[in-house]
Amino acid sequence: MVTSDIARPENQVYCRPRSFTDVSTHYCPGCTHGIAHRLVAEVLDEMGVAEKTIGVAPVGCSVFAYNYFNTDFVEAAHGRAPAMATGIKRVLPDKVVFTYQGDGDLASIGMAEIMHVAARGENITVIFINNAIYGMTGGQMAPTTLPGMKTTSSPMGRDVEMQGYPIRMSEILATMDGVGYAVRRSLHDPANIRKAKKAIRTAFEAQRRGLGFSMVELLSTCPTNWGINPVNSLQWVADHMVPVFPLGDFKVSAAVGDIRI
Amino acid sequence: MPRELLKGNEAIAEAAIRVGLEAYFGYPITPQTEILEHLSRRLPELGRAFVQAESEVAAINMVYGAACTGARVMSSSSSPGVSLMMEGISYIAGTEIPVVLVNIMRGGPGLGNIAPAQGDYFQAVYGGGHGDYKPIVLAPSTVQEAIDMTVMSFDLAEKYRTICMIIADGSIGQLMEPAELPEMRPIQRQNWDWAVNGTGGRQRRILSSIYIEPKDEEIANLRMLKRWQEIQKNEIRFKEYYTDNADFVVVGFGSAGRIALSAVRAARHQGIKVGLFRPITVSPFPFAQLEELSKRVQGLLVVEMNMGQMLQDVQLAVKGNTPVEFYGRPGGVVPFPDEILHEIQRVATSKLSLDADPRMSWLDRATAK
Amino acid sequence: MQKEIIIAGFGGQGVLFAGQVLAYAALDNGKEVTWIPSYGPEMRGGTANCTVVIADEEIGSPLVQNPPLAIALNLPSYDKYEPLMRPGGVLIVNSSMIDRTPKRGDITEILIPANEIAEEIGDKKLTNMVVVGALIASLPELTIADMEQALKNHLPVRHHHLLPKNYQALQRGYDLAREQLAVPQQ
Repeated sequence: MVTSDIARPENQVYCRPRSFTDVSTHYCPGCTHGIAHRLVAEVLDEMGVAEKTIGVAPVGCSVFAYNYFNTDFVEAAHGRAPAMATGIKRVLPDKVVFTYQGDGDLASIGMAEIMHVAARGENITVIFINNAIYGMTGGQMAPTTLPGMKTTSSPMGRDVEMQGYPIRMSEILATMDGVGYAVRRSLHDPANIRKAKKAIRTAFEAQRRGLGFSMVELLSTCPTNWGINPVNSLQWVADHMVPVFPLGDFKVSAAVGDIRI
Repeated sequence: MPRELLKGNEAIAEAAIRVGLEAYFGYPITPQTEILEHLSRRLPELGRAFVQAESEVAAINMVYGAACTGARVMSSSSSPGVSLMMEGISYIAGTEIPVVLVNIMRGGPGLGNIAPAQGDYFQAVYGGGHGDYKPIVLAPSTVQEAIDMTVMSFDLAEKYRTICMIIADGSIGQLMEPAELPEMRPIQRQNWDWAVNGTGGRQRRILSSIYIEPKDEEIANLRMLKRWQEIQKNEIRFKEYYTDNADFVVVGFGSAGRIALSAVRAARHQGIKVGLFRPITVSPFPFAQLEELSKRVQGLLVVEMNMGQMLQDVQLAVKGNTPVEFYGRPGGVVPFPDEILHEIQRVATSKLSLDADPRMSWLDRATAK
Repeated sequence: MQKEIIIAGFGGQGVLFAGQVLAYAALDNGKEVTWIPSYGPEMRGGTANCTVVIADEEIGSPLVQNPPLAIALNLPSYDKYEPLMRPGGVLIVNSSMIDRTPKRGDITEILIPANEIAEEIGDKKLTNMVVVGALIASLPELTIADMEQALKNHLPVRHHHLLPKNYQALQRGYDLAREQLAVPQQ
């Protein structure tokens, strides 16, 4: 048997989602941004909404997210993606609008914007990548950096007496009445990735049905700035991040709970 | 439409609605809050978007997002709030999308006060945010001009894919005058070839201020300057009063310009041949027109409610052809016509020097008392 | 022609509205007009003032330092504006709220017990219309009929039942001012 005998359409089980452009990403080896991107693209494909979707890219490693999705996209200032998404959604309420933000963007400089977009119950979807570190600027302490974790700006390890504690965004947002869906998933193994995809689908479905603000937080890796190889990075998420950032559903409104994927 | 007695702030808000404002995002700050309040009532009743944002930072980024869809959008604020917006303003400039902004200026720097001032001239005219860009800046001095410029600002912003900012001050915002609003026009969202609104099957579009390759950024910068060249060629507006046979000319914009008009008339009654030149577009600035004027007068008197900002553009314009003098009231103090009349008398009767630094001589006079 | 008028008093005395009625009457008579209030924290302290300028041609400054015409509805306003009046000007003084005697000899001061008159008519909120009526006696560019028309044209219809009393207040103030103007001042 040769390759051409196998590589037939009827045998194909995996391909590039239509909502992806045909380019390679700039992400480092072992980074889970690629997985998160793919899950979003698969969901847009399955829902058939790519042509009416507008993405909002952040500042951070995923600043170039707009290069990878085959949808209209805008690029926000650092932390302001939720405000920009608000502007778009208010003018185009029938379109699908999502932001894709990292932890520095969403939980530090953009804290006011994310809290208020949630308070308004803005009918948008937020994909929140939490890898406990600033990636693009080279590994500084993030608002989600774990206690004791060494970064280039907490070289002795995050000292909670001096530098405070990590922020749990899903839990905070779950307290807000405007939020329809706030959950945390992880991308460290296939089982969790499947759960993450289901959550992303639920979040976009919630938006399609007009059920208010939805956010999926995804625990992610940063092998380069953690200084851990890709395989061990995945294990590090499970061993160190999950205990601080427990996985689960923090807010599922009754209406969102009725969504069956 | 009949002439009605309209308050400056409300007139700006209503004029924007009449020419198709689809969305407004803002944050309360005196003395512009009536704009926000008027729109908070009118836009929802028309089924259009109004959001009171959590901050000016958020407001300008909401404007940024909404403007990316090609809709007519605006925000308004006052000096400290506009400073907060500068991040978004720079991004909007870099993305080359049309946005209308209103700054009802107040006394500063810092928290300052809420009295009328013109201290944000530099910030507005020279961009204010980071990077190399020039917005169009309009300076109305009456409620009617505020209306007309609001109407014009949307057209200019769209024509040149640029920011168009109206700078007025608290006294114009709070002033009531007879004025005529435009007819209500239906919203007609243009099908811009750059707007981001879902591909609907067409090629995807990206709106961004990123040019990661310096060479690309350079190209974008030059494209913007090229556009600015067109703006400078086509869009300069100003108003002259009694300049035909004037020996001296007062130069002032906005409130200071109209207050100077009273002083100029009073001086004319006293036989002083003085005129008034009032720039309406302060960016693009009427450099050529002032240069022309400077060749046939014995001196110019720049009057501003700041410490001499437009003064520098006037000096640039006149190229040393004629002495330039300055009179300013910074910090939120509004000059009375009598003060300006006094200055006109001084200028008309003293020996003026081409070499003096007008700002420093003014400072000496102002602090001598 | 250009006339500048400052109206000043406590918040709640209808200072701003009094100025607006003048402005509306000027507008309806085809004049140029500006109306500008004091605003901001100034208002919080309880005092309010507005400046109205009426002219035939484009108005320059909407503010004036030395008004030829003014209304002082309370003592602080009187203390502030009496010294600022242009020589030969006319100052309407609400004598119900102001007990001190005039200090200026080079202006005409018309003393109007506006609160009492308003109460006699049956509504103390009419104080502002009484003093505006008194002002009209020194503002030949507008008549009491113009003021009545302005009230009718611009007051919301739900308040139209108040028009007769407003007219009465304007007329009472006007008549009293005419009487005082007829007596030569020293």
